[in-house]
Amino acid sequence: MNVSTIIHGTGRLARRPVRVNGWVLCAAAVAFLVSVPMVVVFGAVLAPAGEVWRHLAATVLTRYVVNSLWLMIGVGAGTLVIGVATAWFVTMCRFPGRRIFEWALVVPLAMPAYVIAYTYSGLFDFAGPVQGGLRAMFDWQAGAYWFPEIRSLPGAVAMLTLVLYPYVYLLARAAFLEQSVCVLEAGRTLGRGPWGVFAAIALPLARPAIAVGVALALMESLNDFGAVQHFGVDTFTTGIFRTWFGLGDPTAAAQLAAGLMLFILVLVFMERAARGARETRHTTNRYRPLPRIPLRGWRGWCVTAGCTAVLAFGFLIPAGALVAWAALTAERMVDGAFAVHAANSVLLAGSAALICVALALILAYGQRLRPGPAMRIGVRLASSGYALPGAVLAVGILIPFAWIDNTVDGWARDRLGVSTGLFLSGTVAAVIFAYVARFMALAFGTVEASLAKVTPNMDAAARTLGRGAGGVLRRVHLPILRPSLLTAMMLVFVDVMKELPATLIMRPFDFDTLAIRAYQLASDERLADASSAALAIVLVGLGPVILLSRAIAGARPGAAEGRRRDPAAAIPTAPAVGTG
Amino acid sequence: MRRVKKFVATSRVRVRALLAAALAVGVLPGLAAAPADAASVNVYSSRHYEADQTLYARFTEETGIEVKVVKADAGQLIERLKSEGANSPADILFTADVGNLARAQEDGLFQAVRSSVLETHVPATLRHPDGYWFALTKRARVIMYAKDRVAPDAVAHYADLADPKWKGRVVIRSSSNVYNQSLVASMIAHDGAERTEAWARGLVANMARPPKGGDRDQIRAVAAGLADLAVSNTYYLAQMVNASQESDREAAAKIGVIFPDQDGRGAHVNISGAGVTRHAPNRDNAVKFLEFLVGAAAQKVLAEANYEYPVRDGVATAATVLEFGAFKADDLALARVGALNGEAVKVMDRAGWR
Repeated sequence: MNVSTIIHGTGRLARRPVRVNGWVLCAAAVAFLVSVPMVVVFGAVLAPAGEVWRHLAATVLTRYVVNSLWLMIGVGAGTLVIGVATAWFVTMCRFPGRRIFEWALVVPLAMPAYVIAYTYSGLFDFAGPVQGGLRAMFDWQAGAYWFPEIRSLPGAVAMLTLVLYPYVYLLARAAFLEQSVCVLEAGRTLGRGPWGVFAAIALPLARPAIAVGVALALMESLNDFGAVQHFGVDTFTTGIFRTWFGLGDPTAAAQLAAGLMLFILVLVFMERAARGARETRHTTNRYRPLPRIPLRGWRGWCVTAGCTAVLAFGFLIPAGALVAWAALTAERMVDGAFAVHAANSVLLAGSAALICVALALILAYGQRLRPGPAMRIGVRLASSGYALPGAVLAVGILIPFAWIDNTVDGWARDRLGVSTGLFLSGTVAAVIFAYVARFMALAFGTVEASLAKVTPNMDAAARTLGRGAGGVLRRVHLPILRPSLLTAMMLVFVDVMKELPATLIMRPFDFDTLAIRAYQLASDERLADASSAALAIVLVGLGPVILLSRAIAGARPGAAEGRRRDPAAAIPTAPAVGTG
Repeated sequence: MRRVKKFVATSRVRVRALLAAALAVGVLPGLAAAPADAASVNVYSSRHYEADQTLYARFTEETGIEVKVVKADAGQLIERLKSEGANSPADILFTADVGNLARAQEDGLFQAVRSSVLETHVPATLRHPDGYWFALTKRARVIMYAKDRVAPDAVAHYADLADPKWKGRVVIRSSSNVYNQSLVASMIAHDGAERTEAWARGLVANMARPPKGGDRDQIRAVAAGLADLAVSNTYYLAQMVNASQESDREAAAKIGVIFPDQDGRGAHVNISGAGVTRHAPNRDNAVKFLEFLVGAAAQKVLAEANYEYPVRDGVATAATVLEFGAFKADDLALARVGALNGEAVKVMDRAGWR
């Protein structure tokens, strides 16, 4: 399914038959490996639908579908509007505080959805300090006043939107940054105003990236478990868990998971159909610093206020509450084990981010070299893990890994008389594999969206000049892709920091991470005790988020040259960018 | 900013070096698989209580046997056990409810254990007849009420929760919660599925709000006046009584406890329990571990640090819990409750209990 289908066509570079070379083989191998868990899960779809399905259809299925649909519509619209608007203002306009918002708007990404959900319900619930304070202050009686119910479907939409819009923001911003000013200026010359340029040129050019961002946000919200579970909103994902662990029917649960992916498939297909054949790609490569539209007076302050509100609700308020709680409990909760958990989290997130982006690059480039139906299907499968709830995906990994372990062990016992035991299951390597399978869509979607915007003419020119496939990637694509690669690494890093269900079930003995610690305390309704670990996740995630967010701004093609040379003379053919 | 630029400038070199490092990490073989080891016991646990760490440390101190733990949801641990098969490193599956023990047993994940220590100290209704699993603590699922608005004798049975006079005044958590599933399973065992479904419909009609949050949230909602009655496990209230947060202590002070069905079958009791896995590589250590957990000292820790009811006779319940009063417990065989778990979920689905 999924994000890869969003990106339409990668150019017809390979008109002449490409030899089956190392790149293509590599990409095929990666696609195969990463898609194993998804194949295992979908194997269950072929099993006959049992009596449990009739029960589900008669009782709860409608609710799952309706709630999931509303969740998608709400989060999709919310992240789209907030993400694109903030990205456009920050990239193309000048207003008070812009330089801070540029990186700060990414920060809510470091806040796990379950943490923000627990925090807000702790604050705004009936028994929480806000309503309690209001009742005490105005002497209101229970039920005699109206207060928005935070633990509801709209509440869940708000929570997920607040922490997921950065996906759209990041990708839209990277796309705006990668656009050549010349194209936008041509639009101005032809009589469009600044907003006309936005609507007619910048937005369509950025559409693939924005679509990827929204798709990521939707997938993440559909497979969210912690937040919707706490809010009492039954979605497909809570239904999967219930069917599996309550009704004890893993087959029906996997079939539900397949239904979940169908949701996203349909959505992606609709977006693609709507975009149709209108392929937008700009052909010029003249870059220079963006001439930002100054927003003066009240307009500028309005934008500042809007950005501040987004940041306040998505980060400052929940983080403030966490700090207040942590101040009470940190002494008890932060001990030697805490440092070990933090180190584990960083180790896992760092290695998963690197491996995932490296493999995504191989996949995306392999697909560019050899765009064919087989490759497309493989790549799509490989990046479909993101649409599965982490726990379901984890079981899709447990089963084949344990099978390999047990098969090898059986063979070794028969032939060699020794036992090899479980050499894959329950290891750090297995956990990292789970992350790669789960977050491949993040890395691949980002890399591919960016690669799609590199005109195939460049490949052709470089190939004509004697570069091989690897040379083109190294000398032409990598420098252009650098902002996207950094974005992808950051997304995966932050997501692994927050990841729970797969880590929980696949980890080795006595191996805890910050996310596990925070979740176990929070789900035990010990929010104050969980706050130290939750804060640490946010803080550790914050470092790379800010660093990379700034690096992306700096890595805009031509950003460095522009300041030194005559902008018009700066025609940074790709290799020149590397020297900037 | 300069540093950032430098980072960008060198990132091409870095990417290559990091890729090499990443691959090295990726292929590192079995970093932490725990093999059979004379001096360890490997536990898969779905319990998430701090007190457990204390217990494990004490066990190691006494026996020299190291306790290695993976904590996760019971259902997932069961899947992991199944897929690992004969090579599983796990010796013990330790859960916080009987439903999952029963499921693991049905799936053939446990082995029968004969131990005079376990059989002496764990009452027969609280263990599998063939020794596949043993209860280690008990928790009563009771009705809690707002002391300032409800007379203590106004409610006496689980059945009363469905009485229309409590319309809009009852809070209870989601039917996805395994404690509710076990409670309903026990009602099905006693009253049959049809009567239980009618009861569940009445309960749903009485709910003050759609179910959300955990047991503590229900207690807090009653304390704050959103509802008059809540259903909760006893230890949650005890934890709130002794909480470090003042707001929790204040809320708990407003709550009274009713043990239901004292004139009949008794209050529903769930267990936390464990069994020795079928392919346990350290079987002897595993049995020792279970025997340690029913020992007087361990039972005391479970009772006092986590406010659960000890299974062993003669071990005192925590003072806070004692104040809730003595009660008659439902002596329905828990194996039956576990077997009816799926049926319970369906009944609640049909009743519209979210």
